[in-house]
Order: sequence, then structure tokens, then C-alpha cells
Amino acid sequence: MSESSAGNDITLEQGLSGIVEDWAQEKQTFHVPWGKAMMWIFLLSDTFIFSCFLVAYMKVRASIVAGWPNTSEVFALTLFGHHIPLILIAIMTFVLITSSGTMALAVNYGYRRDRSKTVLLMAATALLGASFVGMQAFEWTKLIVDEGVRPWGNPMGAAQFGSFFFMITGFHGLHVSAGVIYLSIVAFKVWRGDYEQSGNYEIVEIAGLYWHFVDLVWVFIFAFFYLW
Amino acid sequence: MAGAEGQQQHPLKIYLYIWVFLFVLSFFSYMVDYVGFQGYLRWSLILVFMFLKAGFIIAIFMHMWWERMALITAILLPPVALLVLIGLMAVEGNYTFSVRDLFFAT
Repeated sequence: MSESSAGNDITLEQGLSGIVEDWAQEKQTFHVPWGKAMMWIFLLSDTFIFSCFLVAYMKVRASIVAGWPNTSEVFALTLFGHHIPLILIAIMTFVLITSSGTMALAVNYGYRRDRSKTVLLMAATALLGASFVGMQAFEWTKLIVDEGVRPWGNPMGAAQFGSFFFMITGFHGLHVSAGVIYLSIVAFKVWRGDYEQSGNYEIVEIAGLYWHFVDLVWVFIFAFFYLW
Repeated sequence: MAGAEGQQQHPLKIYLYIWVFLFVLSFFSYMVDYVGFQGYLRWSLILVFMFLKAGFIIAIFMHMWWERMALITAILLPPVALLVLIGLMAVEGNYTFSVRDLFFAT
């Protein structure tokens, strides 16, 4: 890390010609902390996993003769006497976006070395993530117990609906749960002052990358699975 | 701007703007379902809102906008290969549907 000093960075070319320079200098290619580069590469591989799920879902949905259940109605809730379509998913979407916002602020305050604000915002992010998982548990319970959705069939339409629903939202929920634990650990270490001596709070940004990715995946799941 | 060690330090204001913007976009994409648009209008609106949200999350929240081009291309170009998979599976799915429609439709 130490070789990419401030003076060195200024001489680096920007934009497209910078690519050639970065790859051709026969040393560190990515001028970011190694942890950040590795997190990006992990997220890239995760992108392919989620894409495989969503493409498989597209393929199956394009090839079935039976009708796909109307997600707008399947995920509707009756709140205060009003029947509102897809409302639980909308709330979950807003919760996840809110958590993404608090995470972005936590990264910012981390680099400002404002420890208490960073810890508070990360704790808020983890709490919002946990509430997201809670709502997902509620959603699954409702679908399994009340609506009778199973991985091999359901009363509303195409039998494949259940398997894709449980697979895709389950894998995403697993990511959220892992993210809550990950954020809690990093927040605890920040609170304990592990990074005070070095003053290096890039670990908050790396954890933030993971969390924003979880939100990013939800954007695609929301569009393709729930709205389509 | 990005510091020497690739640190990302930006004004708070930009995060708050993007945050609000993501809320608005999510609200709009929910309204697409609530109002009940159908057909090409529905799909194009869903896709536009989806790509805008994804773009702003990657560019601003994940700081891709300020990264060097070597990292941007290394991370964002490989997923383009997925378009081939999507294209192949769309063709395959339509074929399977036509065969099933021919033999299994009641």
C-alpha cells in the first residue's frame, strides 16, 4: 500500500488511458486497499450467482404453459381494513434503502474519524437489516402456512413459483443475515477503538460495499420477481 | 475526491440527495404495480426505474464513480457476458413454451 503515495497518484493518468498505465506498470494494478479490491471481486462472483438464479427464473417462466401466480395479489396485505397490493414488499424495499443510506453515512463518518456517529449509524443499519429479515420471515410464514405455497406446488398457479420464490428470496435473506452479523462485528470493533491507532477506517467502507450490494440485488429481485 | 489510499471522502449532501432520489424511484416503481400499468409500458417503466436505482447505488453509494478506470472496467465489464446467457435462455424458453403449447395445452 505504501508505494502508492500521494505524489505517485497525481502522476497517474485518469480515464481510459489510465487503464493501460495501471495494467502496464507491472506492480499493483488497482490503486485501492487490497481488502476493497477483494471485496469487489467477491461481489462480482456473487453477481454471477444471483444472475444464474434470475436467468433460470426467466427461462422457466418463459417456458411454462400454466399461469404464473399474480405476485401483486399473493403479496397483498390487509392493513387497517384496506386491501393493499404488494405492500409488505414495498415496506421491505424502503427499509433496505433506508439501511443503505445509513450505511453510506457511516462510511463517511468513519473517514471523518467520528467514531460514535459511525458506530450508531452502523448499528442502525444492522437493526434495519434485522427487521428486513424479520419481515421476510413473516412473509415466508404467511406463504407457507396461510397460502399453502410449497417448493413443488401451490394453489395459485405454476408449480415452479414456490421453488424460485424460496430459492431467490432465501439466498438474498441469507446475504442480509450474514451482512447483519458482519456489520455488527465491524461496528463493535470500531466502538472498541481497534482502528484509532492507525486511523484507517477503510474497513467500514468495505463492509459498506457488501451491504450496498445486498440492497442492489434486492433492486433486481424487486423488479423481476415481484413487479414483473 | 478519492484520496491517495483510495479513500472515498465526499460531502454528506451528495449521499442525502441520492438517498431521497432512491426513495422516489422506489415509490415510482411501486406505483407501477399499484396503478396497474400493463404490457410494454409496465416493463419499460420497471426496467428504467431498476437501472436508475442500480446505477446510483453502484456509482455513488459504492463509490464506483470516483474509482480509477482499471477497477471500474474489471468489475463492471464481466457481467456484460450475462447478456449472452440471457439471450440464449430467452430463445430456449420460448422454444420450450412452443413445444409444450403444442403437446400439453388443454
